[in-house]
Amino acid sequence: MNTNVDTHLGTPAPAGADPSSRTESHSSTTAGADANASPDSKPSFNRFLIPIVTFALIAVVLAVGIKHSGDVGVIHSPLIGKPAPAWNLPLLADASRMIGSKNLQGRWYVLNVWGTWCYACRDEQPALLAIAHSSPIPIIGVDWRDDDAQARNWLAQLGDPYATVATDHDGHMAIDWGVYGAPETFLVNPAGLVVFKQIGAMTPEVWRREFLSRLPAELAGRSS
Amino acid sequence: MRGLRASSARTRALGLEARRWPARAWAAFTPLVVTLLLWSAAPALAVDPAQMPNPQLEARYVTLIHEFRCPVCQNETLADSNEDVAGEVRRQIRTMLLAGKSDDQIRDYLVSRYSEFILFKPEYSLRNAWLWLLPVVLLALGIIVALRIIRARAALVDQDDQIVDTGESATRG
Repeated sequence: MNTNVDTHLGTPAPAGADPSSRTESHSSTTAGADANASPDSKPSFNRFLIPIVTFALIAVVLAVGIKHSGDVGVIHSPLIGKPAPAWNLPLLADASRMIGSKNLQGRWYVLNVWGTWCYACRDEQPALLAIAHSSPIPIIGVDWRDDDAQARNWLAQLGDPYATVATDHDGHMAIDWGVYGAPETFLVNPAGLVVFKQIGAMTPEVWRREFLSRLPAELAGRSS
Repeated sequence: MRGLRASSARTRALGLEARRWPARAWAAFTPLVVTLLLWSAAPALAVDPAQMPNPQLEARYVTLIHEFRCPVCQNETLADSNEDVAGEVRRQIRTMLLAGKSDDQIRDYLVSRYSEFILFKPEYSLRNAWLWLLPVVLLALGIIVALRIIRARAALVDQDDQIVDTGESATRG
């Protein structure tokens, strides 16, 4: 029995331990790399090292994957910190008049992309109304890929949180801003830079955590 | 055995007989098969009939829409997708082509709006080099481990005769 070698990958006992505890090892099909080692030689680390390194590698890959699993389907906007793309769109109230980045230069504004076809937009409407009520920051609505009459009807029924609503019928502006779903809400600073983008419905919590924290104290209503 | 029983229970639950189906049963599936086949043809029609003024632009357009991902679908190119957003991005590409923009300008534009996510084939960079290198590394590791196991096992077989003669009887007896 002593000539038998401890080759069982799953056997934690060091080579040279009580042979009777390893009677099955010679029928093993999972022989390790150090099969030639005699019981007297020092225990090889390979047979532990390889599984441990493999395990660590897999663990790291999976951990990174799990950490980012919440991001599936979320496209982080490359526009953050960059100048907001110039835009100019007709008003919902009066299609002969336009509004765009030129009119809003030098001031903070929130740009909310919505549509009457979008369910989450209905959900966020109360939050937007509350923000409009409590904050001096204008919320500019961009009615995306929508019917004007339906949009007016929606605002009449649910309330209108917007300082102005522009219409983007063909999605030209939405694509230019990297919008891929509604609602999406941007925060633009007086220098015309995109400061933040919320993907999905606005909530009072998101407003406090992501928007107010980025606004100057006097606009955020913080006593400093 | 347990697996077999479970699967036959499942067939029963689906109302399907585990026995051979008569020819009539197959005939009943023909409309379904035809529907599925026609359905699979739908993506081919997703590409809107692009009206480009010349074949060169048309060819560039078709190439480009196959290079970008539909923003709201993980595994479809702009060309394959029926999503409204995909249509709008396609139209944006058409507009830029007609405005005389180069393919690189269009690519940079889309990446600056939608990040590298929009690229159906990610760009090779230091940051995502592991995407390309990991399979090679894993394959090499696998080969090394396999070789060592094979060698070790070969060595074991040589000694097995002696072990069975001496060790087995000693421990069992």
